[in-house]
Amino acid sequence: MSKQVQQLDRVVIRFAGDSGDGMQLTGDRFTQESAVFGNDLVTLPNFPAEIRAPQGTLPGVSSFQVHFADHDILTAGDAPDVLVAMNPAALKANLGDLPKGATVIVDSHDFTARNLAKAGYEANPLDSLGEPDDVLAGLAVHPVDLTGMTVAAVKEFGLSRKDASRAKNMFALGLLSWMYGRPTEPTEAFLAKRFSKVPDIRDANLTAFKAGWAFGETTETFAVRYEVKPAPMGPGTYRNITGNLALAYGLVAGSVRSGLPLFLGSYPITPASDILHELSKHKAFGVTTFQAEDEIAGIGAAIGASFGGALGVTTTSGPGIALKSESIGLAVMTELPLVVIDVQRGGPSTGLPTKTEQSDLLQAMFGRNGEAPVPIVAPQSPGDCFAAAVEAARIAVTYRTPVMLLSDGYLANGSEPWRVPDVSPDSADLPTIDPDFATETNHGEGEDAEFWPYLRDETTLARPWAVPGTPGLEHRIGGLEKGEGHGNISYDPANHDLMVRTRQAKVDRIADSLPPLEVDDPSGSARVLAIGWGSTYGPIGAACRRVRKAGHEVAQVHLRHLNPFPRDLGEVLARYDRVLVPEMNLGQLSMLLRARYLVDAVGYNQVRGLPLKAAELAEALAALITETQQTEESRP
Amino acid sequence: MTTDSSTELGMPALRTGTELVPTLADGAPPATAKDYTSDQEVRWCPGCGDYAVLKAVQSFLPDLGLRRENIVFVSGIGCSSRFPYYLDTYGMHSIHGRAPAIATGLATAREDLSVWVVTGDGDALSIGGNHLIHALRRNVNMTILLFNNRIYGLTKGQYSPTSEAGKITKSTPMGSLDHPFNPVSLALGAEASFVARTIDSDRKHLTSVLSAAAAHRGTSLVEIYQNCPIFNDGAFDAIKGRDTAADALIPLVHGRPIRFGADGAKGLVRDHETGGVRVVEVGRDGVTDDDVLVHDAHAADPSTAFAISRLTDSGYLNRSPIGIFRQVERATYDDQARAQVSAAGHAAAGEPADRLAALVGGGDTWTVV
Repeated sequence: MSKQVQQLDRVVIRFAGDSGDGMQLTGDRFTQESAVFGNDLVTLPNFPAEIRAPQGTLPGVSSFQVHFADHDILTAGDAPDVLVAMNPAALKANLGDLPKGATVIVDSHDFTARNLAKAGYEANPLDSLGEPDDVLAGLAVHPVDLTGMTVAAVKEFGLSRKDASRAKNMFALGLLSWMYGRPTEPTEAFLAKRFSKVPDIRDANLTAFKAGWAFGETTETFAVRYEVKPAPMGPGTYRNITGNLALAYGLVAGSVRSGLPLFLGSYPITPASDILHELSKHKAFGVTTFQAEDEIAGIGAAIGASFGGALGVTTTSGPGIALKSESIGLAVMTELPLVVIDVQRGGPSTGLPTKTEQSDLLQAMFGRNGEAPVPIVAPQSPGDCFAAAVEAARIAVTYRTPVMLLSDGYLANGSEPWRVPDVSPDSADLPTIDPDFATETNHGEGEDAEFWPYLRDETTLARPWAVPGTPGLEHRIGGLEKGEGHGNISYDPANHDLMVRTRQAKVDRIADSLPPLEVDDPSGSARVLAIGWGSTYGPIGAACRRVRKAGHEVAQVHLRHLNPFPRDLGEVLARYDRVLVPEMNLGQLSMLLRARYLVDAVGYNQVRGLPLKAAELAEALAALITETQQTEESRP
Repeated sequence: MTTDSSTELGMPALRTGTELVPTLADGAPPATAKDYTSDQEVRWCPGCGDYAVLKAVQSFLPDLGLRRENIVFVSGIGCSSRFPYYLDTYGMHSIHGRAPAIATGLATAREDLSVWVVTGDGDALSIGGNHLIHALRRNVNMTILLFNNRIYGLTKGQYSPTSEAGKITKSTPMGSLDHPFNPVSLALGAEASFVARTIDSDRKHLTSVLSAAAAHRGTSLVEIYQNCPIFNDGAFDAIKGRDTAADALIPLVHGRPIRFGADGAKGLVRDHETGGVRVVEVGRDGVTDDDVLVHDAHAADPSTAFAISRLTDSGYLNRSPIGIFRQVERATYDDQARAQVSAAGHAAAGEPADRLAALVGGGDTWTVV
């Protein structure tokens, strides 16, 4: 049977099921197939904080959304074009996100009275398709007995019914892979490897995957196949990568680049733990990972390692930063290199552990006692976590300071195609990171020659880094105020004033090493600027494209450095009549911009635990642009 | 460097605490206490027990024969935590309670350092209790000097986690309600591999315990009874008094019967009813010399050491064992961590930069030309 093939430029698919149904794996495999096929893509995993929430219930629903396209895209998509729902709860939980005309594939097998009741359905919505009371009206619903067909397909392997039905996610993957013409080899190779030690399970999964594909090809339920052509990308080698993986690689690269052994002190916390897991695999690079007894010990050990001449790193999320605050202050005072990674999640307190948010910016900026300035960098996409981590290492080592890197839950688990950078020693893709250890005395001559641990570099204001084991440079550092230069304890009022200002000036000087901002203003005559930081880069960029497509002009700037701000930021802000600041918080960057530049920043703020939706943001931008024009016209 | 043979065994061979620390060159003049004295003015109260400990440490460190630049003292917060400023070694005066965590990172990152932690009863047992027990269970190669004056000194006289219950202080005008920790019992409970107790005023004993602690590979915990003349003066009078010390101090010497009191009239025997130990008068009630417990610091099972530690009063101090309660060989966290890194490094072929390229360029990739 030959099927009609329809060309599409982009599709958003959401796989949804119970937390035990393997939806993250299914989505991840579909993503890998799409990546290898050459589509541009962005993903959005979304799962409950509970490892096994009650089966079949709404809180137990886990989903994975993938947006793939034949062109460069920036977000995981505002709404799914296709929903695969493995049970009634998955249907109900995601129904509200579906636009009219969306395709819904449901596993009809799991629409039992018990499961319907758990999901809060009084009647089976599949029984009233096309009827006046059809709650799924306006959607193209395809009930398919995924479980039943999976069990039948893998019968020959003699698995229990429970084990057999577990392969239903691979059946669903096979079906979707057929529908969108995905290459099957990567998934087949993956299954063969993952289950190599359990041949029955391996064969069942492979068979279910192929059966799903064959079902799509033969059934009359699906009359159309879709084709999304590869996206044009610049030359290079690409891979699909999540933010946490890219971040871990960036830390290893920072270590190799600087020649400093990496020491990670960390305590498990969602959504940062995967960085600890990943780095613990890379001992061959001289990486030591220390799973500490708590967040404070994690950063303490990292500071100890930095004192010993390692690249000290600690990874956590917002609640962990709260616990590490005093230690970050110690690193500010002792002026030791330290990379502090905050994979932000919904707060306050335990908040939303598995959901994304950008609400730790002010904690990173000010969350310590005393005047304790800390440089802040933020990645803008999953792949960009690599470069951001290298940059954090550069600043930490060059300026002898703790550096905060603000990732978030969306970047951590989301993925995108990433052009593999050149990491060779003479690569221009990576900055120079020179530890420049002190080896000689730096004050006085001859018999009086001494080492002064707080005698600074004139350009960077960084202090010398002399590690234990260096003869003649013995010195003591600590949390008490230092005398300028010699570094001994000082309670002198004038010295304290000087040292507070000097530590601030050192951080401010980092701006001298930053490139000018990249302002995306195609026409050069936009009156409104959208400025953001972190993972909102995608939605802001997508919103700007929409606005421009509709005939408006808008400029976009995205900040990698939140402290210090780039030197030209004030001048860029001043060029525009209005500035919109979209953030997943209640206006933290807005507050900093207003305070620093006296700019009347307009906030666009959502704290829903989800990335901003490009379409809604585009409306807000368009409204501001229109308002700006009207204000201009109404002037005398 | 970790040797290949130890890597093959999956566990590094046991070594002395300072085995990997560079020593002074042959023929180099031996260091003196003066070499270890920094130019900073010591600022403890007159009569503070810390002076005696500082002098003892400054005099003892040259005996190790190590290069001074390879010795690091890390401290927390409190009177005793000012210690590093007064020693001309590398040092860090860190934050309250966290010195064991910082020292853990340092000792793991650097096998060639002799790492010392100086802490007090408040720093180590109150705010830093968690880090202390975890350092002890991990057995990181470092020596922890726990100055116990049973009071908060730097904050001016509140009761501490080792103060006797009912203690009247500024924050407890009607008497404290907290039951105190016995630091030695706590350390043994955390399965510390080296646990000892000594006294600030007994220079000879203090030095011999420090010497054994430094030689031990793993975490050595040394509790030092230290008098605070301002806020808790006389806390140790019974064990220091000319007339009372003999009955108050129970010296522990490995391989020797545990005898004390005037002319060694008293001794410890096993108490078969409680499973613990008890004090007896040797020669009375049918107790003979043979019944007296012979101290075995190297016993794998810490039960007897724990039983001995319970002889210390939890109220006003009238009696306490001193010496090395326990010293056993156990693989250290840092040796094993370095062995894993070393083994992984040896197993990998090629330059780090090339391997980095393979790492970032791994996984499912595709090429666009």
